[in-house]
Amino acid sequence: MSEPILQMNNIEKHFGNVIALAGVSFDIRPGECHCLLGDNGAGKSTFIKTMSGVHKPTSGEILFEGKPMSFDSPRDAMEAGIATVFQDLAMIPLMSVTRNFFMGREPTKGHGLFKRFDVQHANEVTMSEMKKMGINLREPDQAVGTLSGGERQTVAIARAVYFGAKVLILDEPTSALGVRQTSNVLATIAKVREQGIGVVFISHNVRHAMSVGDRFTVLNRGKTHGTAKKGEITSEELQDLMAGGQELAELEGSLGGTI
Amino acid sequence: MTEEAETAMDERIKKDPLYRRLMKRPELGAIAGMILVTVFFLATADPAMFTLSGFMNFMTPAAQLGILAIGAAMLMIGGEFDLSIGSMVAFAGLIFAALLVNFGMPLVVAIPATLIIAAAVGAVNGQIVLRTGLPSFIVTLAFLFVLRGLSLVGLKWATGGSTQLRGIRDAVENDFLTPVFSGDAFPALFAWLANIGVVETFKNGAPKVPGIPVEILWFVLLAAAATYILLKTPVGNWIFAVGGDTNAASNSGVPVRNVKIALFMFTACCAALLAIIQVLDAGSTDARRGFQKEFEAIIAAVIGGCLLTGGYGSAIGAFFGSIIFGMVVIGLTYTNIDQDWFQVFLGTMLLLAVMFNNVIRKRVTGER
Ligand SMILES: Nc1ncnc2c1ncn2[C@@H]1O[C@H](COP(=O)(O)OP(=O)(O)O)[C@@H](O)[C@H]1O
Ligand SMILES: [Mg+2]
Repeated sequence: MSEPILQMNNIEKHFGNVIALAGVSFDIRPGECHCLLGDNGAGKSTFIKTMSGVHKPTSGEILFEGKPMSFDSPRDAMEAGIATVFQDLAMIPLMSVTRNFFMGREPTKGHGLFKRFDVQHANEVTMSEMKKMGINLREPDQAVGTLSGGERQTVAIARAVYFGAKVLILDEPTSALGVRQTSNVLATIAKVREQGIGVVFISHNVRHAMSVGDRFTVLNRGKTHGTAKKGEITSEELQDLMAGGQELAELEGSLGGTI
Repeated sequence: MTEEAETAMDERIKKDPLYRRLMKRPELGAIAGMILVTVFFLATADPAMFTLSGFMNFMTPAAQLGILAIGAAMLMIGGEFDLSIGSMVAFAGLIFAALLVNFGMPLVVAIPATLIIAAAVGAVNGQIVLRTGLPSFIVTLAFLFVLRGLSLVGLKWATGGSTQLRGIRDAVENDFLTPVFSGDAFPALFAWLANIGVVETFKNGAPKVPGIPVEILWFVLLAAAATYILLKTPVGNWIFAVGGDTNAASNSGVPVRNVKIALFMFTACCAALLAIIQVLDAGSTDARRGFQKEFEAIIAAVIGGCLLTGGYGSAIGAFFGSIIFGMVVIGLTYTNIDQDWFQVFLGTMLLLAVMFNNVIRKRVTGER
C-alpha cells in the first residue's frame, strides 16, 4: 500500500485533568476510507480535531506526507488540503448557504483594492455541488437557518468534499440524514476515495462503516484497540469492540496482526 | 439548461416574491423608520426643514453620529461592542490637538499619528477581550472611564491646568489638508449654483448654503466603503461569520482573532476621525467631547438592523439610523414640540428597533 498522507503517532490530549486521548495512533492513506468507531465520549471528535488544527495535541507526533507537522489553526490544516465536517457542522444559521459554503475561502475576482468576493461564481458552485448531493436549493442566498438538519449536514459535507484536496474528515456525518441522503453520502465517500483522497469516516453505525470502510479503528475511553482491515473483522466483532464488551480478550487475537 | 433545471425542480420549492425578500434585508426597519420620521416632520415642522439649508442642518449632526455608528455597526456585526468610542472621541481629540498645538506638527503628520494611536488603543481593547474571554461590553466599559479620565488628566497636562485646549485654528490656518477635514466642500460649485439661482442667497449675494459640510462627505464615503466591504469582499464574509458563531468561523478557517482586532481598530479610528473633524471645526477640544455618544452610536446601529447578538446587520442601515437621529434632534427645533422629548424618542426607537430586529431574525433563519 502507498505511503500515508497523514500519520498520527501516540497522540495525547488533556483538557485540564481530563485525559481525552491517552496515546492514539492512526494513519490515513490516499484512496482509502479509514473508519473511526467508538462510543460516545470515546474521544473521536477530540482526536479528529487534532488532525484538523483545532486542538494542539498535548503530546505525540503528526506527520503530514512524511514530514513532521504542527497545525496552528484550522486554516493551516485546510491549506494543507485537509477538510473536515465537524460534528457540530460549523455552519452559521444567519448566513446564506453560499456564504457558509465558502466561509474562510471565498473565491475572488479583480485585483488590488477591487479584489472582491465573486458571489456569482460562488452561487453557481454551491447550487451545483448541492445538486450533486441530491439537494435542490430554492436559492443559494437562503439562510442556513431555514434548512432542515439533514440539509445542513449535506451542505457541510458538500463543502468539505469540494475543498478536501487530500484528506476528508467526516465526524458522524450521517446522524441527521434520512435513508436516501445517507446512501448519497456513502456513495460520495466511495467516489471521493476513488479520486485518491483519504477519507476519515467517524460513525456509530457499524453497517455504514462496513459498507464503505477499508480499515477500521475502534476508540474506547481515549485509547485505541488497534486497526483492522476489511475482511479481517465482522460487524459483530466491531460492535462488541465499540461497546467495550466482554469478548474483548477473544477479539484481541483477530486484531493482533494489524496493531 | 432551463429545461433540465425545471425538471429537477422540487415541487415544494417556491420562489420568494420580491416583497418577502425585501422583508429580509437588515436595513428595512431603518428605511421604514426614516420614511415615518420624514412624514411626521412634513406634517408638523416648519417647511424650512426641508429646504437645502434645512437638509444640511440635520445632516451635519447625522453625519457626525454616523461616522461613529458605522464603526459601531461593523463591530456589532462582528459580535462585539465598544462602549469606549465616546471617550475615544475626547481622547483622540486631545492627542490630535496636543500634536498640533504643543508639538507644532502639520496635519499630514498629526492626522495619521492620531489614527494610529486610536487604532492601537482599539487593538488593546480587542486583545484584552480575546485573551480574557470577557464580554467586550465589560472590557470597553472599563475603557470608557479610563479614556475619559486620561483625557482630563492629559488636557490639564497639555494646557497647564485648563480644561480646554485652544489655538487649533492658528495652528492649521495655512495647512493644505485643513479643507479636507473641516468647513464646507465645493464652495465654488455652490457659489455658481447660487449665481444661477439654484441655491438661495442672502441679501449680499452669498449663498445660504456655502457648500457641503465635509463630515457629510466623510459619512457617505464611510457608509459606502463599509457596505462594499461587508457585502462584496471576503473580509465582509469573515465579519458576518465571526459575529454569527466564533467557533464555527474559526473551524471553517476564518482568522477570527485578526478580524475582531481589526474591527476594534476600525471602530476606534472612526471615533478618531470624528474627533479630528470636530476639533478642527471647533478650534479647541475639551474632555467632554463625545460624551455618551457610544450609546447613540449603538442605538443608531440597532435601528439600522444590527442584532445585539452579532452576525447580522448592515452599514447602510446604520447610515439611515443616523439620519433618523439627525432629523429628530434638529427637526424638533423646527416644531413647537419641546426638544426634551428627544430622549423619550431615543429610548422608544431603541426598544421598537430591537423588537423589530428579532422578528426579522426569525424570518431570516426560519425559526418558529
Ligand atoms: N474542550 C474540552 N474541554 C474539556 N473536556 C473536553 C473538551 N472536549 C472534549 N472533552 C472531553 O473529552 C472526552 C471525549 O469527547 P469527544 O471527543 O467529543 O467524544 P466523542 O466524539 O467520541 O463522542 C469527553 O469526556 C469530553 O467531555
Ligand atoms: Mg463526537
